[in-house]
Amino acid sequence: MDKPSPYFSNLKCRECGKLYPKEAIHVCDFDFGPLEAAYDYEAIGKVLTRQLIESRAHTMWRYRELLPIDGEPTVGTQVGFTPLVKADRLAKALGVRELYVKNDTVNYPTLSFKDRVVSVALSRARELGFKTVACASTGNLANSVAANAASAGLKSYVLIPADLEQGKVLGSLVYGTNVIGIHGAYDQVNRLCSEIAGKYGWGFVNVNLRPYYAEGSKSMGFEICEQLGWHIPRHTVIPMASGSLLTKIHKAYGEFTKLGLVDAAPFSVYGAQATGCGPIAQAMKRGTDIVKPVPKPETIVKSLAIGTPADGYYAIHAMRDTGGFAEDVTDEEVIEGIKLLAECEGIFAETAGGVTTACTRKLIETGKLPRDESIVICITGHGLKTQEAIVGKCGAPRVIKPSLREFEEQVYNPDAAAATA
Amino acid sequence: MPSVLIPTPLRKLTAELETVSAAGATIGEILDNLDAAYPGLKERLCDEAGNVRRFVNIYVNGEDIRFLEEKATPVKEADEISIVPAIAGG
Repeated sequence: MDKPSPYFSNLKCRECGKLYPKEAIHVCDFDFGPLEAAYDYEAIGKVLTRQLIESRAHTMWRYRELLPIDGEPTVGTQVGFTPLVKADRLAKALGVRELYVKNDTVNYPTLSFKDRVVSVALSRARELGFKTVACASTGNLANSVAANAASAGLKSYVLIPADLEQGKVLGSLVYGTNVIGIHGAYDQVNRLCSEIAGKYGWGFVNVNLRPYYAEGSKSMGFEICEQLGWHIPRHTVIPMASGSLLTKIHKAYGEFTKLGLVDAAPFSVYGAQATGCGPIAQAMKRGTDIVKPVPKPETIVKSLAIGTPADGYYAIHAMRDTGGFAEDVTDEEVIEGIKLLAECEGIFAETAGGVTTACTRKLIETGKLPRDESIVICITGHGLKTQEAIVGKCGAPRVIKPSLREFEEQVYNPDAAAATA
Repeated sequence: MPSVLIPTPLRKLTAELETVSAAGATIGEILDNLDAAYPGLKERLCDEAGNVRRFVNIYVNGEDIRFLEEKATPVKEADEISIVPAIAGG
């Protein structure tokens, strides 16, 4: 058993503020509000400096005082510190001055931001003595739990909607995990998991370990600030499924400000969803914080298809409080977004990245995002995982015989190229 | 009388009963009558201002009262009311 962290003090109900011990619990037993990690910022402020952070390895664990485990991380120690790409060609295409892509398509080891949350959840699961870990997932989380559990020697079960993309199913199976496909949408998978969690003494990363898991997302916000030279970007566009990532990036900017690691400055957070499952964006547009569940999501963006988003309320308030907004886009716009990002920046994002790029374009065109201030867009997963979405939408190779004559006639020939274009 | 499904975490207050009956023409009246029969139940379901708590869902025949008339939602004799804590995840 590790010595308790001097920085991570308690779990705390987000609704009533009641404090709880740092166990595998996630809901307030009085009012059912979600529990969240609480820290002793005064103690953290005495030790955590830019210099200390910069002296550490380039992983998300360089901010370890602000992550909710007691000892040293033991799972996912190489995760994070993905590139922040200055996206000048995309900026030009969108007609804005300063744009960056936070590129979690190359996060280690499973090519999505979920490695951040899983490394915290499984490091904490080990501290709490779990031998079996599990999750309810729309795909990326399953991949990450399977891979990180394998490398940590933990047994794992991943529960997913049965109709996920093949790349995401295979990308879990390969690690030797137990993949359970459920006939139903994500919300039904999630409901089943909440019934299973606790019953068998398993650590469900996004159920009974959710207060730990969710905090891992803050590292994306910390990295953005550090990579911008210790500044908070003026605007950040973030994809939303449960809404958790958006609330945690918002929290990360607030914590860095509170600790004096960045200067206090105004910032706005914006949420991006698919129109076929956009309950948070639609509530935001209606001007309410009551999120109407989507019983049957219909979109190619399966990774964001959560009809009953657990953090919808808090995401709406984070956007409102910072002067941000939300947008949603059709499947066609998602595909255009994927192609635009790939053609401008050489970054192949999954469907959720298409959502973020396309929503950014829409927010710029409608004047919600100004053209002359810094914008960061969060791209959270790799396109190789959701290839089905764009099959037949990017053209096809031109096939020729291995003959120089055919090459010159059909390819290196301005007239032929014009004819086939 | 309408029947009310009580979730597991609140059954300590209803002597472990899974389903109870409560009189009332609206959800608000039913909550008051439930609290009279099972003291302490209402404060778990409603905040100080009397509004249903954010992470508590109340359904009348499967419809969330937030999209009906909230606490003024009318209830008929044969209606089924379920109280379900919100589920975290994702």
